[in-house]
Amino acid sequence: MDFFDRFAIPHPSPAIYASMVAIGLTMIAVLAGLTYFKKWGYLWREWLTTVDHKRIGIMYLISALLMLFRGGVDAIMLRAQLATPDAKLLDAQHYNEIFSTHGVVMILFMAMPFIMALMNFVVPLQIGARDVAFPRLNALSFWLFFMGAMLFNISFVIGGSPDAGWTSYFPLAGNEFSESVGTNYYMIAIQIAGIGTLMTGINFMTTILKMRAPGMTLMKMPMFTWSSLVANVIIVFAFPVLTVALAMGTMDRLFGTNFFTTDNGGMDMLWANLFWVWGHPEVYILILPAFGIYSEIISTFARRNLYGYKSMVFSMVIIAGYSFLVWAHHFFTMGQGALTNSIFSITTMAIAVPTGVKIFNWLFTLWKGKIEITTPMLYAILFIPLFTIGGVTGVMLAMSAADYQYHNTMFLVAHFHNVIIPGVVFAMLAGLTYYWPKMFGFMLNEKLGKWAAWLLSIGFLLAFMPMYITGLDGQARRMYTYSESTGYGPLNMVSFIGALIMAVGFAVIVYNIYYSIRYASRDISADPWDARTLEWATHTPVPEYNFAVVPQVNSIEAYWDSKKKGQVLFKDKYEKIHMPNSSGVPFIMGCIFFAWGFSFVFGLWVPLILTTIGIFVCMALRSFEKDHGHYISVEEVEETETKLRGAK
Amino acid sequence: MKLKWALITVLFTIATVLTGCEPLMVLDPKGPQAQTQADDIMLSIWIMLFIVLVVFALLVFMLVKYRASKQSKDYEPPHIEGSALVEALCIGIPILIVAFLSFMSVKSNYEVEATPKGYEDKEPLIVYASSSNWKWHFSYPEQDIETVNYLYIPTDRALEFKLYSYGPITSFWIPQLGGQKYAMADMVTTLHLAADVPGEYFGRNANFSGKGTAENVFDVKAMPQAEFDEWVEEVKSTAKPLTEEKFDDLLEPGHLGKSTYTGTHLEFNPPPSGENGGHDHGSNESEEHPNDEHTEHDSHEHSEHKNH
Repeated sequence: MDFFDRFAIPHPSPAIYASMVAIGLTMIAVLAGLTYFKKWGYLWREWLTTVDHKRIGIMYLISALLMLFRGGVDAIMLRAQLATPDAKLLDAQHYNEIFSTHGVVMILFMAMPFIMALMNFVVPLQIGARDVAFPRLNALSFWLFFMGAMLFNISFVIGGSPDAGWTSYFPLAGNEFSESVGTNYYMIAIQIAGIGTLMTGINFMTTILKMRAPGMTLMKMPMFTWSSLVANVIIVFAFPVLTVALAMGTMDRLFGTNFFTTDNGGMDMLWANLFWVWGHPEVYILILPAFGIYSEIISTFARRNLYGYKSMVFSMVIIAGYSFLVWAHHFFTMGQGALTNSIFSITTMAIAVPTGVKIFNWLFTLWKGKIEITTPMLYAILFIPLFTIGGVTGVMLAMSAADYQYHNTMFLVAHFHNVIIPGVVFAMLAGLTYYWPKMFGFMLNEKLGKWAAWLLSIGFLLAFMPMYITGLDGQARRMYTYSESTGYGPLNMVSFIGALIMAVGFAVIVYNIYYSIRYASRDISADPWDARTLEWATHTPVPEYNFAVVPQVNSIEAYWDSKKKGQVLFKDKYEKIHMPNSSGVPFIMGCIFFAWGFSFVFGLWVPLILTTIGIFVCMALRSFEKDHGHYISVEEVEETETKLRGAK
Repeated sequence: MKLKWALITVLFTIATVLTGCEPLMVLDPKGPQAQTQADDIMLSIWIMLFIVLVVFALLVFMLVKYRASKQSKDYEPPHIEGSALVEALCIGIPILIVAFLSFMSVKSNYEVEATPKGYEDKEPLIVYASSSNWKWHFSYPEQDIETVNYLYIPTDRALEFKLYSYGPITSFWIPQLGGQKYAMADMVTTLHLAADVPGEYFGRNANFSGKGTAENVFDVKAMPQAEFDEWVEEVKSTAKPLTEEKFDDLLEPGHLGKSTYTGTHLEFNPPPSGENGGHDHGSNESEEHPNDEHTEHDSHEHSEHKNH
């Protein structure tokens, strides 16, 4: 029995037992459904073994939406607990676990895969490529992310969730103060997902640099591709830092090293430094592709080219550089002295300049345009004012002396939600609505879409604006309760109402998907938004090979110019097309990684050694495998093309 | 758009009504450091408000003027590359604003990291504030007394807090006297504060440090020097001495009420600075600082606990 004790939850509650039952029943239902409808073969052939960037993108999308739900439920519980003073809904331990997982899930397992989803689906189409540079590596990236996310998510029913915050500062996250395996989950699950992300970074950098259609020079790339390139360069530079920090943390917890402990020469603030050397660039990894999405959408629905293309590109490159020079602003209060704080205060404020340039360029893109407010455009229009508020409060936080008062308060919480929700989440929802017809062959309902956008914005304002005020009134973050005498009650109640309105907004999005699947017209053109870039130049649904003939590009808005100025995109004749083969190895490796991670979390050394060998065997097999892909014959291409053209 | 403006107005009205009765803690400073910070905050709020209004105005203008519904059907928006002048303005004006704020920020940085303005003539009162799960211990080496979970301070004298922790990282924060600073187990940090007016203030650990963080608070009472001296005398005559055993009991994780002792734990349980530090920080300022200050201010105390 001793052996099994370790898997028990250290702080059980009825809610957790209910979740256990729910998870069990859902899994049984899914397995039974797959068997009953005889879908195992379909699932394996078309999804689990696919190396097609479009399908991988859709799998990222589904994962991101699931995690959005999980992180959202966490958020509602947190706000419900704080809605009234001295509430007893959650105790301190559960509150701590929930805000820790809320942060990790939302940043790493919701926002990141959402970005990856759009990047995977759109970038190859936008540069006129047939897939990414390393399709099988791409599949492996996805499965590592997915298994990392799943490993993290089972923590609350097996062994206990991490409870040291999403930043997991040592020594609090060390064995002395976090005894459960929760922080092991944090270290290992993020490690596995992080390795996947790092591989994505390398993959997309290579893809964008080497696989663009003929004629598409760097300065003729669409803005979303540019933003993805910059984000992936940041990934390649930032994620190794996380890998190392997590490895050191794992060793501290499992092998008794002293990197971050407070005695034997360990340095607790070393973790904080390493974490934020990765963590700050990470927020730009999220926001830059979001900026790219907004650029595409604003330009499409203003019916105008993007204003100041060059300054848009340069400001992104400058932001990327700066993102590595500001990490210490996350702990101005560490006591590193006035000089260090001054330097980091100035570099942090400097980021506001290129970001401001982007805001003004979007505004000037609207100038002399012919603005049409569709759902994606509505998100973009709401983004500009809401994000500006978040941006300027960022400048306020950058004043390091004043930050001594903002640090660790709800003001800070309000600020980063104020940039991430209108900045990243709205962009992802806008991108989802915008690219939905390309992905699935029908449009989402516009009326429901706009309702959701307004509900989310109103809910957002109600949920987060009060936090700026309670923060300045001294309400510290991450506190599970407060007394009535503090007077924080009414504003926290407003926040809770805002959170509920946001939940309704997300429910409307889910309903919209259901409604549109049932009722939306399947008879749409390949270019329903009258857009400007190459991804709209191919058929809907997009054929496996993306483009029957590789497009020839000679302007930034190649597709728009082909529509308006009669430039010819597709000059060549059909030729046989070389495509990569599907492979089960990435999925199997992902599963082995899951078992590896689970063994690591609980210190089960024999399975750990076996799975480690398994991982190396998979890699060795790949090295000796002769897989040169396959060709799609000219006849087959012709047949597909005629069918797709006829379908319109 | 009208809907949104109405909403924002309603929101701000709610916010001001709800909080209107009392000023916000951080914006109601009772000491020079908190004053500097509150001034910075208000200054940046006004400048940022201006930027927000410019962006809002531009956005509203563009949306009203260039809506598709307001234009003829065959209007084709022109291709505009961008103009050097507009770009220069978009870069230049923000640079000026950021430069100004940077200047203010640097100036304030040096102010809050030094003895508060107007208090330079008197030697600061040194208080060692250390946290343990989930309590605060305040040691007064000059007075040779120690308190738990409450802090009495004299007005019109600068305060120099030496911060460290017997556990996770905590953050020592008295919002109305000034911003916070971390207390860590392997080094000592210094926070300069001062109280202008007598009164009772709220203090807390602001940094998440586990289960008991929410209740990790302490009361601060600022009083004139004479009253403070009286209190010290009273403590010396009534409180029990702090023994090593008693202190080890106090360090046990949990919550405790207020208590008072004569003597400090500094003698038998020295703070992690100098040779007692977790590691050598090289030229870290907060590390050198306490040692220098010590020999100047209370050489007696210092030499004593060096001998131990």
